[in-house]
Amino acid sequence: MTSAAAIAPAQSSTLTRTGLILGALVAILALSATAGVRYGLLLAVGLGFGLILEGFRFGFAGPWRAMILRREPAGLIAQLLSIALVALVAIPLITNNGTELIGAHAPVGYAMIGGAFVFGACMQIVLGCGSGTLVNAGSGNPVSALALPFFAIGSFAGAYHLLWWTNLGTAPVVVLSGTSGLVLTLAGLAAVAGLALYLAAPGARSLPRRLWIAAGLLAALALANLVVAGQPWGVVYGLGLWAAKGATALGMDISGSAFWTLPTNQARIAESLLTDVTSLTNIGIIGGAFIIAAWRSGLSARLPQLPLRAWIGTIIAGFLLGYSSRLAFGCNVGAFFSGISTGSLHGWVWFVAAFAGAFQGIRIRKALGLDG
Amino acid sequence: MMMTRRLTVVTVFALLLGLLGVDLANSAPLDPFQAPPALALGSGLAGAGAHCAALPTAD
Repeated sequence: MTSAAAIAPAQSSTLTRTGLILGALVAILALSATAGVRYGLLLAVGLGFGLILEGFRFGFAGPWRAMILRREPAGLIAQLLSIALVALVAIPLITNNGTELIGAHAPVGYAMIGGAFVFGACMQIVLGCGSGTLVNAGSGNPVSALALPFFAIGSFAGAYHLLWWTNLGTAPVVVLSGTSGLVLTLAGLAAVAGLALYLAAPGARSLPRRLWIAAGLLAALALANLVVAGQPWGVVYGLGLWAAKGATALGMDISGSAFWTLPTNQARIAESLLTDVTSLTNIGIIGGAFIIAAWRSGLSARLPQLPLRAWIGTIIAGFLLGYSSRLAFGCNVGAFFSGISTGSLHGWVWFVAAFAGAFQGIRIRKALGLDG
Repeated sequence: MMMTRRLTVVTVFALLLGLLGVDLANSAPLDPFQAPPALALGSGLAGAGAHCAALPTAD
């Protein structure tokens, strides 16, 4: 997403590149030594996510936009491929190790569907999703950098009110587990990929090599996340926790929230972010994207000149991204990627609702002047 | 640096470091000797459940 106005940047020096690698290794080792090896590994996994997402230009919002506007399915199919690779290992692993490993399993409900729809719209408005906002902020995109803190505040607020929303109507959790669950999941992913290929524009049906590689590497890291942390890759919980930390540090009373007063969440607020799974991978994603941007000397690109309504729209969309993803039990990562790959029905419903919302988001983005 | 992506990155990392500073000042101290095993798989410990898909239950 480098500005066209940028002058061709010079290559970063060997010294800079060595410094980037050493800096990442020192951070991982220092965290392992001061907090524990698991946390160092999770930071490494997060850095890997950031390196792959930015390095191979693997995204979620952009490929959905390409599919809707230009009938180019490559990015969407790469997402489905990566999810399928994770499912092949994760569903049997969780089925056989249900205590140590938990899936991204959540119920379908009215608020969940509405939340996914709004998230799908907002991810097109700012052209950033859960992971994309982190990646873009790390690589210096000012729209995502502005959206990120409001994403965190929205996530905190959405979690605060979550039980009120789920009480509007929520079905029992449905999990596709065992061999039959895996077969159903793979068949569903193949069907969506087949439909995307059927709808594709002529000449747009091939998958670039970089997306094959990125899909495989992303799947490997998602499985590493599961094996190390005991839970799948997620983004939104960590962002909400960052705002919860800030709110409690400022003296805010959160005892009125059924969510934040749960023992699990109270423990997370009491402990450092450097021991929280999603916080560490989120920090890693920002760091990994920064490393790629600095490596490519992409930080010298000029900032875009956008109208005031675009910045205001970014703030509102950032907040809504956070709030809606809590109601939807995850974003494109926690619900779509990890939900489907660990057999949760809510991941499929999320995908349908968010994709429908993306059509609206594309229209709103244009009206706000964010298309430049 | 002015009006380039470098400015954005400096701002993002300054905010992130500020957040971690506030966090470390207000949280239980880090203790590598109380840390869980490196891998959850095979540890025999139950997953924590601090994930965006976790549904809170009213008590």
